[in-house]
This record gives sequence, C-alpha cells and structure tokens, in this order.
Amino acid sequence: MQAGKMTPFIKTGAIWAFVVLELIFFSVAGEFLSLSDKPFMDLDNMLLLLKQSAPIGIIAMGMTIIMINGNIDLSVGAIFALAAVILLDSMSWAIFAGLGDWVIPVSWALALLTGVVLGAVNGLIVWKTGVDAFIVTLGSMLGFRGLVFMYNGENPTSELNWTLVDFAEAQFLGLHTATWFLAAVTLVIWYVMTRTVHGRNAYAIGNNREAAVNAGIRVGPHMMINFMIIGFLAALSAVVFYSESGSVNPNDGQLYELWVITAVVLGGTKLTGGAGSIIGTLGGVLAIQLLRKGLGHIGADTETVNLVIGLILIAVLFLDRQLNLKGKEELKT
Amino acid sequence: MTDQTPALRLEGIVKTFPGVRALDGVSFAVMPGEVHALMGENGAGKSTLMKVLGGIHQPNEGQIIVGEEPTVMTSPLQAKSKGIVFIHQELSLAEELSVAENIYLGELPLKSFGRVDWAKLYAQTDAILEKLKVGFNAKTRVGDLSIANQQMVEIARALTVDAKAVIFDEPTASLTDAEKVVLFDVIADLKSQGVGIIYISHRMEEIFKITDRISVLRDGQYQGTVVTAETNEEGVTQMMIGRKLDLSRAAVTHELGDIALEVRDLSCGKLFENVSFQVRRGEVLGFYGLVGAGRTEIAETLFGLRNPSGGTIHLDGNEIKINSPADAIAMGISLVPEDRKGQGLVLGMNCRDNMTLPQVSDLTAGPFVAEGAEIAIFDQYRDKLDIRTPGWKQTVGNLSGGNQQKIVIGKWLSMHPNVLIVDEPTRGIDVGSKSEIHNLIRELAAQGYAVIVISSEMPEVLHVSDRIVAMYSGKVMRTFTSEEVTEDNLIQAISGITPTNKVA
Repeated sequence: MQAGKMTPFIKTGAIWAFVVLELIFFSVAGEFLSLSDKPFMDLDNMLLLLKQSAPIGIIAMGMTIIMINGNIDLSVGAIFALAAVILLDSMSWAIFAGLGDWVIPVSWALALLTGVVLGAVNGLIVWKTGVDAFIVTLGSMLGFRGLVFMYNGENPTSELNWTLVDFAEAQFLGLHTATWFLAAVTLVIWYVMTRTVHGRNAYAIGNNREAAVNAGIRVGPHMMINFMIIGFLAALSAVVFYSESGSVNPNDGQLYELWVITAVVLGGTKLTGGAGSIIGTLGGVLAIQLLRKGLGHIGADTETVNLVIGLILIAVLFLDRQLNLKGKEELKT
Repeated sequence: MTDQTPALRLEGIVKTFPGVRALDGVSFAVMPGEVHALMGENGAGKSTLMKVLGGIHQPNEGQIIVGEEPTVMTSPLQAKSKGIVFIHQELSLAEELSVAENIYLGELPLKSFGRVDWAKLYAQTDAILEKLKVGFNAKTRVGDLSIANQQMVEIARALTVDAKAVIFDEPTASLTDAEKVVLFDVIADLKSQGVGIIYISHRMEEIFKITDRISVLRDGQYQGTVVTAETNEEGVTQMMIGRKLDLSRAAVTHELGDIALEVRDLSCGKLFENVSFQVRRGEVLGFYGLVGAGRTEIAETLFGLRNPSGGTIHLDGNEIKINSPADAIAMGISLVPEDRKGQGLVLGMNCRDNMTLPQVSDLTAGPFVAEGAEIAIFDQYRDKLDIRTPGWKQTVGNLSGGNQQKIVIGKWLSMHPNVLIVDEPTRGIDVGSKSEIHNLIRELAAQGYAVIVISSEMPEVLHVSDRIVAMYSGKVMRTFTSEEVTEDNLIQAISGITPTNKVA
C-alpha cells in the first residue's frame, strides 16, 4: 500500500462520510423533532439544498486553488457584492437601452469582468509587493466593500428582469440553474487541478515554493492568475444568485469569505498549502449546507446553527491533526 | 594539568544510526581553564558528538562525565543545568525581546502574582554584560544588535549558570575580523575563570591562535589529542585526512570539448568578488571551500536566484543575462541545490511529477498534461540512473536520500542541459549511494556534459573533479589541476593561507 495514495483518499473520504452521517442523523432526528411531515431526504428538499449550496460552493472552488497555492482571499464577499451591483445596475444604463433582453449577456459579462479585474488587483499586489495574501486581501476586503457603499450609499440596488428570473429559476433534468453552474465549475476546476500544468504547478508552489522557483515556475504570475480565477468565480456566484433575487444590499456577501474558507478547510485542504482537493471541497460545501438545513429542519434557530458549525469545524481539524500526528516525531510546540 | 579533574570527560562514546557507525569509541577530556579544539572534516562526527553531549541523541555505549559525576544527558536544557552550555553557529534568539529577556528566557526573576521583577532582571543582566565588556545594555532590543553582539548575548546566557564547559560550534563563521578579536577576548576571560572550552572550527589559523590542545575525529573515530604548541597545520591535516586518499579515479579518457560556460570577474556584493573560471564540455570543475566561502552563492547567481553586482557570464562564447531560474533553465543551466528537501524537491508530490516539474508545460496534449509522456520520461531516467522506487506514484518524501538526489539529477538530465551545477551532491546520503552519485557525475562528464560540483567534503571534490577552484571568504584563492592538487595545498588554500604567510 502506498502511503501517498491512501492519505488523500482518506482525507476526501472522511468529509463525504460526514455528509452521509448528517443525512442519516437529520432523517432520523427529523422523524421525532421536525414540525413538518415531510422527511428530510425529500427529493425537492435535496434539490433545493444543492441550489442553496451554489453561491458558497462556486466561490469555494476558487478558494481551494488559492489555498492549495498557500494563499488566502478574504475579499471574495466584497467582490461578490460589487459584481452584483454592477450586474443589476448596468441593466438600466442608458447606453444599453436599445438592447432589449440582449442586455443580459452584456451585464453578465460586465459583472464577471469586474470580478476578474478585482482579482487581478489582489494578485498584482501580492505578486509585486510580496506582502502576505492575508494582509493584502484583508485590505481589499475593506476597500472593495467601500466601493459598494460609494456606488449607491446605504440603498439597495435593484433591477428585476423577468427573462433573467425565469432563466435562474429554471430546472433542467430536475436540477436548478444554480446547481448546474456549481456542477460545471466543480468539473472544470477539478480538471484544472488534476489534469493541467496550472494545477500541477499550484500544488508544487504550495508544497515547496522554493523548489517550484528552482524548477523555473514563475510563481508571481501563477498566483495572479489564481486570484483572477477566484475573482471571476466570486462574480459568477453573484451573477447566478442575483439573476434570481434582483436586488442587492450593500452588506450582502459579508462573512462569505469565512463560510467559504470553512468549507474548504472541512474538505481537507491545508491552510499551509500544498494539499487539498476539489472533491473534498464539494463535500465541505454540502456538509455545511446540510448542517444549516438539517438543524433548521429539527427546529434549531440560526444562532444554534452557527455555534454547532463552529464546534464541528474545530473538532474536525483537531481529529485531523491527531490522525496525522500519530507515529511522527513532530516537534511539540 | 594532570592533577586536575577534567571539567568534562567523554569515555568510549559509540553512536550508531541504521547502517552508519557515526561515533565509534570517542574519548577525550576537557580540563578546567583549557581551550580544547575539536577538529575533523565534515561528516567526521563532530555534530553527532555535540548532539550526544546535548542529550539530543543517546549514546549506544560510553559515558559522559561532568566533573566527577557520570551524567545522562536528556536535553540541552538539562545539559545546561549540569553546567554544559552550547554556543551554536546558528543563533536562537527572540529578536523582538530585550537582551535581558533573552538571557533569562524561561527563568525570569519574579515578584508576587507572577509579575516580572524588572529591576532585578536588568541588574543581573548588566552585571553579566559588564563581565563581557560589551557595548550594549540589558534593555537593548536583540534585533538591533550585530550578529557578533547577538552571539555575545548567547554567551551571556551561558554565564547565567555556573558553566563548567562551554562548547563553541564554528563561532566565527559569520564574524568580521574585528568581531573575532572581541570573541577571543571573551574566550580568554572564560578560560581564566576556569571554564573548560570545546572549540569547534575548520579554521586552522584560529585553532593555532587560541587553543591549548586539539582532538581530531575522522569517520566517527577518535584519532588522538595533541598539544597545540607541539604540532603544526600539516600535522593536524594529516590526522584529519588519515590514510592517503585514493585519488586514482577512472582516468580521464575522453577528450574535453569546447568551453561551455565562462565567468569573468563575477561579483555579488560582498558574498563573492571577481570570480573568474571556465568549464568545458566533458569536464567536472570542483569548487571547494569552507561554509560561507561564497561557493553556493556563485551557483545561485548562475541560476538566476541572485543578481550579480559585476562581471559577465558567457555561454558557448555569447554573453548572457540570467534574471530568473526560468531564464537559466531556458538557457540550459541547471542547479541541483544544496538543500535537496528544501530547495530541490516538492516532497509531497510523487516521483514522476517531481522529475518533470520544470518541463511539464511542454508535455501537454491540448489543455491537459500528457501523463503518458511524463511516465515515459520517468521510466527512462529511473532505468538510466538506477532509481530504486516502487513506481512513479511513490511520494518523493518516502525515498532514501540517494534516490531523492537521483530524482533531482534526473529532472535536469531529462532536459539535456548545457551546464549542470551540483551543490553538495552527497549531503545526507549514505556511503553506498555516495560512490554511485560520484560515478554518475564522472559518467555525465564522459557523456559531454559540463559539470560544476560544489562540495565541502575534500575526498569527494578530489575524487570527482578534473580541476578544483579553491575559495576563501568570497575569493578564488587558486585553481588546481588534478596533477597539482594535494590535500595539504588544498586545505591551506581554503583556510586563507598563501605560501607567504604560512605558519611553519
């Protein structure tokens, strides 16, 4: 048995085992505690769960690359909000008035471009200044959020386009539009990370940045591309979500960065970089959404949900550390 | 001295690691008030011995006697409580804290309710600093001090206990000449207070200046102790090298080709200055010198990791500029770095991915990596270099040092470089694999590669090189051909001794 092969399997396997455990727990507990007659594992309920996972999930895929790289991006929530504002506001801009429903792809493109540009700003600063990504994106988190407020003050930005709403609420083969986006993003990023040079380099840089430099990998541009990818995905998440809701508050997307990071870490990606998987992250995203939904199903209130998720996060990481420490002569710190 | 009890005595210390007898019956004693040099080539067992003394390794046989009391060392802290103190080459200080806090770290004087007794702390510290006659006080932030003064802080730390023996491990490695004088004064002071001192250094000049006796280790075996005044550099060198080395390597049968790489007056700040050399295809050029002589820095400059402050680099006769490792790789200059695990390999990745890392962007089919092509390359070089691994999926971190090194070498060979630079080719590799790596280097030269080998091990550099560049503190002292070189003239060149100022 090869150690190198088993470890990632156990790691991604563990989060999926946890997902199954949650399903069983909430189904059984729901029988006794739930006020509703419907079983927890009702098909519609599960489809809704996937749809609700999409906004966090789409961003989490990008965060996985960033974190495998050994970086972190705290500004995703602010990028999400700003992209949403651009999306909804641009649909009523005078220059696009003659486009009719063709304004939709234009607005989408503008919103996505916003995400890519904001991500590029993060990446460029990290690359050129060498300042830690945590600090850089902490700054840009505040800065980008500032831009959201500058745009429209405390007021919500709203634009309801019914064609768009129909598209967003559509179901194809049972799955909602948002779910399809999540699935597509997961598949593409999974391919990128497992099959392409970019993915290979991402792992190498996160695992041993010096060795990666010595192998001729241009680390700066590589990291900038990753920040552009996560910027794009944060914007895509906004596009998918606000196409349906049609109204964005300037505070929307706050704490998204923390939910996203929680999902990625639960999925087995190391904060120090070099290891992690897209499939694990998908498990982490579903695990969190299941907890939220399941606890709601058995009648717990929102505050309890946060408490439980927090405890579980710490417990999972503690367990992970214990399993990994075993038998190794690590320094006691 | 004979009527005194030694400050520290080692008796028949044996330490084995799997496959290696690192220390084989080492016995010597340090008298109170004596400066006792411990010498030996790299790998002779000096550091292992220090780790045994500090309780990091437990000896398989033999005992450590402090004063008259046989002692089992369990940790450096416990050794310190017994009066055995280490001054390491690498300092371990908290830069943001004051000198006083560093000196009493972990044992700050306290008042009631766990409050620090600052007045007492500073008073005690200043008393010690006064003894050392240093130009800073207890409240100075350690990060603001020079390296030499930081070392003084380490020494001051040693003086907080009733030290019986103080061990200096290459203390002058990063000191300027003026700073060395201060250090030697402190050592003289300690000596006059009756402290026994073990002084580990490669620098003959210093050894003959400050030590009373010299003990020599070679291949983990104790070679004897001599009184410094009764011997000379050649005598000590002879003890360190022992048997006449077999220099008769596979005779150079192949013709040397054109000059592949030529360096003219290359400088990088004060790391190295006006270095010139050339290496031909089919030739192995060795670089020998002490740690800090600038050898690795030259390699890093050639590989684009450092910007030169002057001089030119020519590849096949054309002047080139190398701004990054990517540039160097594109021009066919590759580096097998000194720190294999830290700089050469991505330990968490598998063998195949490590081997193809620099060229994976060329091994693609559409958007995807062509894994078949990668496996083909891995298989080819696994066979060629005889890399022993269950398969390409094996995580590199699980391989032995020798096989890891072969992966790094294979990584570059598979790209057919113009110049291959190998920094410390056999560091941390067991004896059997060492000769394999040496043969491999010779073979690569025979195949027409221009190879630069940097090594701190004299037998190695003598064995593999066609010519040897001897370096001392950033300067090329002399370039030897294999006919000219002897252990003596090589050791003298790298110790900064030129025939004119040689001590007879």
